[in-house]
Formats: sequence, C-alpha cells, structure tokens
Amino acid sequence: MTIDTLTPGVIAQTSAATVSLLPLLARFSLRVGETERAALAKAIGLDLPLKTGARAKAGGVEVLCLGPDEWVLITDDAPRLRDACAGIQRQAPHSLVEISDRELSFLIEGPKAAELLTLGCPRNIDRIADGEGRRTVFDGATVILWRDGANRFRFDVSRSFAPHIVALLETGCAELGAEYSD
Amino acid sequence: MLLIHCPYCDETLPELEFTYAGEAHIARPANPSEASDEDWEKFLFIRTNARGPHFERWRHIHGCGRFFNALRDTVSDKFLATYRAGAPRPDLDSVKKAAE
Ligand SMILES: [Zn+2]
Repeated sequence: MTIDTLTPGVIAQTSAATVSLLPLLARFSLRVGETERAALAKAIGLDLPLKTGARAKAGGVEVLCLGPDEWVLITDDAPRLRDACAGIQRQAPHSLVEISDRELSFLIEGPKAAELLTLGCPRNIDRIADGEGRRTVFDGATVILWRDGANRFRFDVSRSFAPHIVALLETGCAELGAEYSD
Repeated sequence: MLLIHCPYCDETLPELEFTYAGEAHIARPANPSEASDEDWEKFLFIRTNARGPHFERWRHIHGCGRFFNALRDTVSDKFLATYRAGAPRPDLDSVKKAAE
C-alpha cells in the first residue's frame, strides 16, 4: 500500500484498534561509552536510563535505552540538542546522528492494540510495561515500540518496510474488528 | 520456538529476535603473516561441529544489537547458558548440573 508520509492521520480504524501516522519529528541516535555518559546526560539535561527498554523524559527531550551504549532521542528542539552535544564533543567523545527521516512513526491505540501487535511481534507484549519501550522485530523488520499505556503504543518503522507493515496492521485491524464486534 | 536469554538485556526472548553467528572462542592469530597455511586454514574453516554441548556466538540483532556467547546442546537444541562476549568459557560440568 502507499502511505502519504506528509499527511499525518488515521490509516486504519475499526472497533479493535486505530492506526494513525504521526507528524514528522526530530529523532537522534546516540552512542556513548560508560566514561562519557555522565557528561552527555548533563549536556542533554536528563539522566540516560541504563536498562534496555527504560525511558526518560525532561525538557522537551524523550529518550529510550536500546542497548548497553545506545539510545534513541526524540526532541522538539533539534538545534539545541545538537549544539549541547557538539559543545562537549572534545571532552566527551560520542556519536549523535540525526535519524529523523529514517523511520515513520505510527500511533496504535484501541482495546485490541496489544493483540494487534502480536500479529507480527513474537515477544510477549504484556512483558513491556507502560512507560517502557523496546527495539524488537515485526514480521521480519526491526521496529521500535514505545508503550505509552495499556492500549496505546507508538511504533517506529523504517520507511522501506512501512508499506508492508502498515498493510499487515490494516488487515489485522479489520480481522480483530470483525471478531470484536460479536 | 526457542527462547534465548540475552545477557545484556537480561530478558528471555523469542529466537526470532536473534541470529546465529558461528562457533565461539575462535581467536584470530595475532600476526596472520607469521601463521602457517595450516594454522590459517584452521582459523578460517575448521570448526568443532560438536554433537552435544557447543560454544557458539549469537547476536541480539532485533534488540540491543549485541553479540554474546551461548552454550547450546546441538542434539536437544537446549540452551544451557548464555554469557557476555569476552567472558571466559563457563565450566561445562557445573552448567550441566545447574541445568538439570
Ligand atoms: Zn539484548
């Protein structure tokens, strides 16, 4: 299927779940070692969570820990984040790469949102607590899942995989919707 | 489906998030130009092909991205242990005992 990536809005909707495309946002990938971590956290203005899947949010920056030395950051002020990190590059070497355009972000919500994700995700979704996130797999493609509530998820998908993933979610929405209305 | 414990995420997760990466604890010769053809061949191609417990590398590719080592029984396909890359080989007997 084709997705109009410039027009956020509802893509699929049934009584089971609603899938919508979120507006474009500024996203960064941060890689930093143990010794430089504290300096980075200070420059960004929030503590970098250390456990895979843990999240933090402060001063317009939201961060998710993807692995032992890797984080993804979402910010509403990209120039400020870039400047803050560039300012300490010499004292605390690190890698901050803008990846805003690498993925599309979707919102999945509704009474069967978690069940809809099990269509492509082999993980036990219930083991991801509200307010956590994970990098995982969805029908063969790497995705980043943010759980914002029991029935509310954000879902980052690489652009090239998005048509396939969205088509699957659309089918799933219809299927679960048909089951759910009975 | 196999469930694999990632020693970095400290979670036991479905096999689909992981990828196999060959036998573990294969050290590259420190100075390849001094290695004999036989030694180089051994390093590149010769593997244990174990029937039973096998030390092997795995990668949590759709997760934290880390390589780690595992001890898996190639007959039963059972994972006896997983441990971080760089950690020493665990003692086979004590791992087996713990798994029983
Ligand atoms: Zn992991």
